[in-house]
Amino acid sequence: MNDMRLTERNMTDHKIKMQARGVDVFYGHDQAIKNVDVDIEDNTVTAFIGPSGCGKSTFLRCLNRMNDTIDVCRVTGDIRLDDEDIYDPQVDPVQLRAKVGMVFQKPNPFPKSIYDNVAYGPKIHGLATNKAELDEIVEKSLRRAAIWDEAKDRLDQPGTGLSGGQQQRLCIARAVATNPEVLLMDEPCSALDPIATAQVEELIDELRERFSVVIVTHSMQQAARVSQKTAFFHLGELVEYGETSQIFTNPQDTRTESYITGRIG
Amino acid sequence: MTDITPNDARKASNNATTEAVKRSLARRNRKQLVLQGFGIGAIVIAFTVLFILVASLVRTGYTAFVQTHVTLDVYIDPAEISEEGLPRGGFRDVLTAAVLDNLPGADPEEDARGVRNILSNGAQFQLRDQIVEDPSLIGQTITLTVPLSDPFDQLNKGGVRRDTPEDQRRVDNQEMAWFDALDEAGIISTPFNIGLFTNADSRFPELAGLKGALVGSFWALLTCFLIAFPIGIGAAIYLEEFAPKNRLSDFIEVNINNLAAVPSVVFGLLALAVFIGWFGLPRSAPFVGGLTLALMTMPTIIIATRAALKAVPPSIREAALGVGASKHQVVFQHVLPLAMPGILTGTIIGLAQALGETAPLLLIGMNAFITSAPTSPFDAATALPTQIFIWADSPERGFTSRTSAAILVLLGFLVMMNGIAIYLRNKFERRW
Ligand SMILES: Nc1ncnc2c1ncn2[C@@H]1O[C@H](COP(=O)(O)OP(=O)(O)O)[C@@H](O)[C@H]1O
Ligand SMILES: [Mg+2]
Repeated sequence: MNDMRLTERNMTDHKIKMQARGVDVFYGHDQAIKNVDVDIEDNTVTAFIGPSGCGKSTFLRCLNRMNDTIDVCRVTGDIRLDDEDIYDPQVDPVQLRAKVGMVFQKPNPFPKSIYDNVAYGPKIHGLATNKAELDEIVEKSLRRAAIWDEAKDRLDQPGTGLSGGQQQRLCIARAVATNPEVLLMDEPCSALDPIATAQVEELIDELRERFSVVIVTHSMQQAARVSQKTAFFHLGELVEYGETSQIFTNPQDTRTESYITGRIG
Repeated sequence: MTDITPNDARKASNNATTEAVKRSLARRNRKQLVLQGFGIGAIVIAFTVLFILVASLVRTGYTAFVQTHVTLDVYIDPAEISEEGLPRGGFRDVLTAAVLDNLPGADPEEDARGVRNILSNGAQFQLRDQIVEDPSLIGQTITLTVPLSDPFDQLNKGGVRRDTPEDQRRVDNQEMAWFDALDEAGIISTPFNIGLFTNADSRFPELAGLKGALVGSFWALLTCFLIAFPIGIGAAIYLEEFAPKNRLSDFIEVNINNLAAVPSVVFGLLALAVFIGWFGLPRSAPFVGGLTLALMTMPTIIIATRAALKAVPPSIREAALGVGASKHQVVFQHVLPLAMPGILTGTIIGLAQALGETAPLLLIGMNAFITSAPTSPFDAATALPTQIFIWADSPERGFTSRTSAAILVLLGFLVMMNGIAIYLRNKFERRW
């Protein structure tokens, strides 16, 4: 980063939370990700942008080993969380996913009560020893996801009965309930209306205080609004990675420039 | 120069499109109408056939749902029946005397034999059971309602027609006169035939009931369910969720689908050879019937369960995996509960098929003539479809209507089970 002004502005002295080196991902014989190196910083929102099908989701799902659940998918390279290799055979993906939470493109609450949606993660991981503790976790998570006020009087009603934006915030509450260190979001606003989108974006900014957030988005405005770091993917490659302001005002690569000015995509 | 303005040109091309659409539209609409016609025709045919079937069953079967009875004042003559002699005694003679009391024209000596045949053979046992239970009745006069024998029952219900010549009629003129005398005395009644459900099979149609078959079918279905349900679901979960996808699992899948298509009679032969031949399980037992039916139902349940598991949206699995649920937690805490309505629907439909299955039960001997209901799944018994088979083979007029009645009862159960399946499906149907 040779642009001193940007470095100053962001004072990026956050420690590195996740580190990917030489990551390749294959679906059968097709390579979806080619030799990607990325550092995800703590207390930072990192945005993955790029044209559809370029491998943003694929790479995001490497970070909590969700790709393990796809039979044909093979990941090579080195991904570390706090300097620990997450693809080490010693690491149980179940444990990893408690530390690296995920929010999906389409709101997908369990067809259970709002309370049970949030309480499920802490319950299976044994994070609460009694009902009072669990209640506390549920309330705290719903508050963090900025949905407590809307949900507190209907905790026993099905989460699927909420509006789309509320459902997505419920899913965020569910993801933060296990107290993860990293929160992965795959186009979390693509199914939401502008008002719900604004609410979720505001929320993402608040979540940065406690978590390292990685968000995939197809909206460059959104990336510009919520993120501090941006990674631009194209055809499976990481073309450019840097401060969001720098990527949007002064892209180094012509492909990045074409994309943000609307010429590819 | 005749200018064609751009506007005119556009109009012209618009018109051309409209014309083309119009022409093809007529053809498309015609095709749609033909298709609709075929669809409606098929439904009409199906319903007509179904209606004819049910209507003919009801027409022949409805008389079996009522039974002609006569109400008699019976003097329990101590000369015929003594307390010491019980459970033996002249129950039949006592009943005959009671009928003769109502027939002033009949000669107590000469006509006793004929008059005796008016009553069902079961009447004397009904009286005997009552007196054995309470011997103090001896010497008293009690009021008793007993069934008439089949010819008189049919005469009352129209099964025996009065206008047929006497030599071709099962009830002669004398007997007809006796019946009419009893009827005039107002002691003939035709109540709902409870015996159809509370009696076991009998040689006498007026006494024959479905209890043995109902209980037999119940035990067989219960056995079938207890075996096929857990094994079927277990196999389906393993194949769908855990088994590696390779040639072996493909081979197993193909074979399960084939198994579902195997004719039921083959399962019967297999059961005869394996369960009765090798394992030495009792013949005619509902337990063995249930095992056989379980073999047939299992593929149905496996296929239904796999379809139900597949139908659970991947987003739910991802959500659970995303918060760190392990594979088996995903399956048992999220996928299986959501698939349950589909699984139950498939299971009930499988059981309904099993309930109507006849051939394998015939092969393992569940068509024996058995006059008492089974008390355990290991007692010899019949099942509803095999009972129908037995009755359909019996010549008496009373069995003809009972066959239809039994079919109606079976159909009733099938409709009920399918109704429950549909109810479950609608009730738990979700939109994600
Ligand atoms: N489950 C899968 N099986 C096979 N190929 C896949 C799968 N998921 C994604 N891909 C392929 O990987 C590439 C990247 O997809 P994805 O990561 O979803 O892109 P993005 O999220 O950037 O739109 C695409 O070419 C896509 O076809
Ligand atoms: Mg994507």
